[in-house]
Amino acid sequence: MKSLLGSQNVLDSELDLLLYEFDGSVEKARPDLVVFPHTTAEVSRIAKLAALHEVPIVGRGAGTGLSGGALARGGGVMIVFARMNKILEVDIENQRAVVQPGVVNQDITRAVEDAGLCFAPDPSSAKSCTIGGNVAENAGGPHTLAYGVTTNHVTALELVLPDGEIVRLGSKHGDANGYDLCGLFVGSEGTLALVTEITVKLARKAQAVKTLLAIFETIEDASQAVVEITANGITPAACEMMDGWTLRVVEDYIHAGFPRDSGAVLLLELEGLPEAVESQAAAIEAVCGKCHARQVRLAKDSRERELLWKGRKNAFGALGRIAPANYVLDGVIPRSKLPQALQRIQEIGKKYGFHVGNIFHAGDGNLHPIVLYDPRNPGQFDNAIAASAEIIRACVEMGGALTGEHGVGMEKNELMSVLFTDADFALMRRVHDEFNPDSSLNPGKIFPLSKGCGEIRIKKKGTAGVAL
Amino acid sequence: MTVAADRTARLSEALGAKRVVMADEELATYVIDGLVPSAIVRPASAEEAAEVVRFAIAEKVAVLPVGSKSKCELGMTPERYDIAVDMAALRGIAHFDAGDLTLSVDAGLPLRELDAFLKEQGQFLPLAVPCFESTTAAGAIASGMDSALRLQYGSPRDFLIGAEFIDGTGSLCKSGGRVVKNVTGYDLHKLLIGSLGTLAVITRLNFRTFPLPAVSGGHLAGFDDLQSALEFRNAAAKAGLPLANLEVLSQEVSSMIRAILQKSGHPHPPGLGQQDWAVYSSFEGNQQVVQRIERELETIARQTKAVHTAILEKAEDESLGGMLRESFEWLRWASPANVICRLALPQVNAATVARLSQLAKSVDLRSAVLLRATGIFYFAVFAESDDPQTVAPLSKIVIGVRAIAESEKASCTVLHAPTALKKTIARSDSMPDAVLQQRVKRAFDPSNIFAPGRVVGGI
Repeated sequence: MKSLLGSQNVLDSELDLLLYEFDGSVEKARPDLVVFPHTTAEVSRIAKLAALHEVPIVGRGAGTGLSGGALARGGGVMIVFARMNKILEVDIENQRAVVQPGVVNQDITRAVEDAGLCFAPDPSSAKSCTIGGNVAENAGGPHTLAYGVTTNHVTALELVLPDGEIVRLGSKHGDANGYDLCGLFVGSEGTLALVTEITVKLARKAQAVKTLLAIFETIEDASQAVVEITANGITPAACEMMDGWTLRVVEDYIHAGFPRDSGAVLLLELEGLPEAVESQAAAIEAVCGKCHARQVRLAKDSRERELLWKGRKNAFGALGRIAPANYVLDGVIPRSKLPQALQRIQEIGKKYGFHVGNIFHAGDGNLHPIVLYDPRNPGQFDNAIAASAEIIRACVEMGGALTGEHGVGMEKNELMSVLFTDADFALMRRVHDEFNPDSSLNPGKIFPLSKGCGEIRIKKKGTAGVAL
Repeated sequence: MTVAADRTARLSEALGAKRVVMADEELATYVIDGLVPSAIVRPASAEEAAEVVRFAIAEKVAVLPVGSKSKCELGMTPERYDIAVDMAALRGIAHFDAGDLTLSVDAGLPLRELDAFLKEQGQFLPLAVPCFESTTAAGAIASGMDSALRLQYGSPRDFLIGAEFIDGTGSLCKSGGRVVKNVTGYDLHKLLIGSLGTLAVITRLNFRTFPLPAVSGGHLAGFDDLQSALEFRNAAAKAGLPLANLEVLSQEVSSMIRAILQKSGHPHPPGLGQQDWAVYSSFEGNQQVVQRIERELETIARQTKAVHTAILEKAEDESLGGMLRESFEWLRWASPANVICRLALPQVNAATVARLSQLAKSVDLRSAVLLRATGIFYFAVFAESDDPQTVAPLSKIVIGVRAIAESEKASCTVLHAPTALKKTIARSDSMPDAVLQQRVKRAFDPSNIFAPGRVVGGI
């Protein structure tokens, strides 16, 4: 591998490998080798070499994922795309950009914002996460409520299959003949192919933006307001909720201007023509008033707006100050069930002895309960995992799903059978095997290992370090 | 291969004689490109549909799921077609969560019924597709036809949130769910869009719905040349106006629409068909939003040298919008034999359109151009009789359009062509990822029983 890429692009020391044992999740798994390709051709050669030695491979962007998608569960070679970080083409006229997988999400918007365009999916980690990781996980973010998630913004892909073959699919326009392969590969969590080039749509920035902070005495009132906003057909660009306990922690750290004595806040963003934004703001104010909001505050300038969003986006970091570790869960429910879901989450937290914070994408029913725990206390960690499973099961019982945007990865693969039948798995497995027949690519993800259909089928010949 | 009589008897036995039809006169109404199935099966449940598929696997016969049969000609001629699985009896609304704006419907539910149901709830599904009056929900998805509202609401891949279907092993499977944001498992339901019945028998579809807009409006601008019409379109896009639809129409298209509306006694916008090119815009929102867009479009029209503009009356807007939703439908009946190609290209410029028009002129045939703002481009060429000599030049058109599409990095689909011509154009070189497509087909349909060959490239 060193002769293929040069030793400066290969890590194999214990200490270096240790750094790649983690991602944003609570899981860990150590690769045997970490490599940094610069070109698609190099990725292809890496895949071929790994295939020759029957060693598993896993792709990784910035490692900010929250479901263990970028961890080397089967050991082997980790391909880090950080050095494939070029924006290859920007086509303002047609609102498209062609980028390498290691490009940081926010850098796409930076490159086109002068032309009034942006890349719409905006995960909280937008400053550091890469577009390749976004594609693998079909990442979301606050503004996906109005603009859609990553899959809605990808029109073409270049991929390297586990045997090293380079293929292209989709088209610059987006509509290609035959089946919607982009739709299949985006969100396949790196289990079907390695993404080496992405064509993305660039959205046009709205004429007018308004950011509102609706302040409530109780979380029940705030969640009822979300139900009413949705049911009344008001579609904000973003509708985020933060409960009182969480916002106090955030406020102490960020000083964003969240009222420390409130029960919950909704951070709402409205975008569109000025006339539309005005009437939406009035409608939202009316709904919030009906739901006993203490106040609906309008961010008076961009500085205030940015501060509110800073508070929202750095909330998880703020929580890090009060507990050694936090576990951000990701579940999704029908929006009409929001009040019941939040109540159920509190009950489950209580049962396991945790205080569960809530800061999440309320507008699309995407919950992010946060469990604070101490990883040095093994009992606590196990309890956190058990509480998570129970919360996710509750989401499914309400008509929801296991994950809204973090992915299944190795975090929830054992929970997949809560939602899917043997027939569902059999079909998914056949699709998987058509592209990744030996499970050499990102093994141990998505499919439950406890079921026969999802075993890690790695024919591992010793460790990669020795073999390569 | 035909379904042997004793096998059919067994099928009748399993599903009840009422479900299985073999009468010639009925079979004739299920004909596709001259192919007549040996039996029609009308399952009353997803389980019965699965039964048919398992029967087909065991007997090695080919099945094709059908809905209202409004667009059966889409795609290539299937290599085999033994059983038509008519899904029209599965037509319920399985689930509707008004507060969540989500909906789950059976495959055979007519879009029109669905639309009426949602309207009562103040909601709608932005599937403004051709054959709207007859098409079923699953037909609209499997056909992959464009929605006229795509500019604002996206294509079905943006609002189809889950599906249930019978795969090629005869198992009832599902993908996605009933929530608006979901990354649990592979997005297999997206593959069903435009799959033409070659991957699975769809039994249920889950959608995200949208609130009905309070007010809508329409605008028409006429131009002497295409360049100005395209400038109008580009300026409207740059202004960030939230348009629901924007279509550039050649005079041929405008005149045909006007003639049809006049003949059927429907109102038509003043000036329609009088300029070489027209641009229709539709938009929605509250009163102020609609008025603002009307004002801005009028300004842009002046700046781009429009020779005629009209803010449309509600009735005019509805008839023109309705006609444009149905373009595919009336274009295909506009002459005894014709070809309709759909191109999807990143950028349409006047030169591309000129090349296409020249192609039709070179064989002395009339052509029509209709360009949607989403980069979808319909190009129709009409032969005035269906005798083989008149039809022959149409194959030259298809070859020419494909060559132009290739040079423009556009994808090209032949939506409609005379049956004889279709047999000569089923080729795969327009699909560089055909090998990957085949892998998907194999995973869904390992016995190759679902309408084999119907997707271009022999898939």
